[in-house]
Amino acid sequence: MALEAEEKTGVRRGTVIPMRGNDAVAYAVKLSRVKVVAAYPITPQTIIVEKIDELISKGEMDAEMIHVESEHSALAATYGAAVGGVRAFTATSSHGLVYMYEVLWWAAGSRIPVVMAVVTRAIGAPWNIHVEHSDILSTRDTGWLIAMAENNQEALDLTVMMFRVTEDPRVYLPGIVGLDGFILSHTVEPVEVPDQELVDEFLPPRRQPYTIESGAPIAMGNIIPDEAFEEHRMDMHESMREARRVIEEAGREYGKLTGRDYSSLVECYKCSDADYLFVGIGSWMGDAKIAVDALREKGLRFGALRLRWIRPFPWDELREYGLEKKAVIVLDRSISFGYAGPVFLEVSSALEAKPSMVGVLAGVGGVDVNYEDMVKIAEHVAGLVEEKGRVYVPALWYHLGEFYPMKPGPLPTRKTPRHVNKLLEELWSKKT
Amino acid sequence: MGLSRDESGGEDGLYKLLREKSVEIRFHGRGGQGAVTAATLLVAAALNEGKWGQAIPSFGAERRGAHVLAFARISERPVPIHSQVRRPEIIVVLDSGLLLAEEERKKVLAGASSDTIIVANTPKPVNVGGAKLYYVDATRIARELGLVVAGWPVVNTSMLGALAKATGIVSIDSVLKAIKSYWPGRLGELNAEAARRAYEETRLAQAEKITVTR
Repeated sequence: MALEAEEKTGVRRGTVIPMRGNDAVAYAVKLSRVKVVAAYPITPQTIIVEKIDELISKGEMDAEMIHVESEHSALAATYGAAVGGVRAFTATSSHGLVYMYEVLWWAAGSRIPVVMAVVTRAIGAPWNIHVEHSDILSTRDTGWLIAMAENNQEALDLTVMMFRVTEDPRVYLPGIVGLDGFILSHTVEPVEVPDQELVDEFLPPRRQPYTIESGAPIAMGNIIPDEAFEEHRMDMHESMREARRVIEEAGREYGKLTGRDYSSLVECYKCSDADYLFVGIGSWMGDAKIAVDALREKGLRFGALRLRWIRPFPWDELREYGLEKKAVIVLDRSISFGYAGPVFLEVSSALEAKPSMVGVLAGVGGVDVNYEDMVKIAEHVAGLVEEKGRVYVPALWYHLGEFYPMKPGPLPTRKTPRHVNKLLEELWSKKT
Repeated sequence: MGLSRDESGGEDGLYKLLREKSVEIRFHGRGGQGAVTAATLLVAAALNEGKWGQAIPSFGAERRGAHVLAFARISERPVPIHSQVRRPEIIVVLDSGLLLAEEERKKVLAGASSDTIIVANTPKPVNVGGAKLYYVDATRIARELGLVVAGWPVVNTSMLGALAKATGIVSIDSVLKAIKSYWPGRLGELNAEAARRAYEETRLAQAEKITVTR
């Protein structure tokens, strides 16, 4: 029965293989017929380019792998290859991403479609290799499209989709696919790998605004009049806004082919009839869905709204689902020091702070946060709302089961939780 | 593949799906023993049966010889979870030393209850604080089969056989199939034989206490 229905709708099943999130991205790159990959190793990204290297050396993938001396060069080489007219890819994390930051602006400003995977990880010091969103969110204003996967399947699907969206003439901007370090990158889950013919059908041949060809020199990145520069930025902004329609179209068509629909920039789990909403990005939003059902068993009507896309920002969807809620809890896995989490700030502006809102910081530096923690957070916030009527708390830190309210603006006197940084405390007291 | 595509948790919701239709497993081993590979093979075995599975490595001190953890979940349907396993229903221990040293034993038994099933590589029963213990001498099996790499007996595949026997969450046939497709050829055959022998030899501790002589 199910098969007949699938035949009618044109859905074509792929092969289900257990794999890590990093493998899923590598397979997506192969299926997208990428011709040049340039990369520099950094945990937890490295497996992506190792896997691609393996696919190339086995003859399963026809591409050039350029081993460069740094991430700055990795993106420069990827961008250079893309200007030359081929589909190009790179991947990085954390320090690698901030090291290549300058080149992100060159690629976006040149309107050259390039796709990069960012395997999210904390940025040192002190050293930490685990999940956090400060790296990916630091690219927010560069003109790159940014999508964030919840699971390994989405890491594959969004990577394939990103090539199509970025190469659409209405967009012509580069794009980042984010996946959480270790939590997705190294976790093995069943992933349905679509057939090559399906991806070939979905992805049109490479399109880009211009190419550098030998014998036909062009100049790029020239100094231009300030007015022209500003108009160029206005055009980038328009294209980014236009990108949402392109994403919806591409997501719908991908859904028709694979049975996995990505026509919305957000994913909603029981949002419509909810009184309260979790909002956030990335893999832990899956745990938020489980928390939603646990809370509903307790009589608290929660829903979970996951931003699958961060740029373009899903403004309309957020307002549609969020404006009328009793309270919105925004989960942030990174902090804009002295204020609040970046996702909270964006969501708060979209909702004009109309519902009660609490920005919860948690899971920074890879601290495990599960559905039980989220139930605890939800009950705490629901209690605040019950008690005070309306609340607006930009930064409430949840750390190892306890809540630490953080005032926006001037910070309270320095008070490190006892169980954290005891050594630092001792050093500090010796010094003062 | 018979894997359900519905990720909504159905009428009962995801919380019930996780509590009632899913099994959470934690592997304890020493860096280099292949705890992560064992968890990965378990997912492949589950997939062979049309179930959903997930294997999560725990990174940090993944040095050779250090106490390392890996997590796995097996479910009738996909569960959208990515956090660590805090209250395992099954604990697999690859090195009996981890159950003998007090500090390590605490880590192994963290979050365990009297319903927890422990599957341990040990020649004789050890104290697992009231949990149900299944045990097998996987180290001996590895030595007998010549499954020794860089001086280390390979026990991870044996322990999957023991897991299949003790819990039935996957069948031994699915385990053998997963092993053989992970390592095609002789290596796969040898590991599969180790798993099969461990499956045969795995015993429940209480019933066997007196007969153990080693």
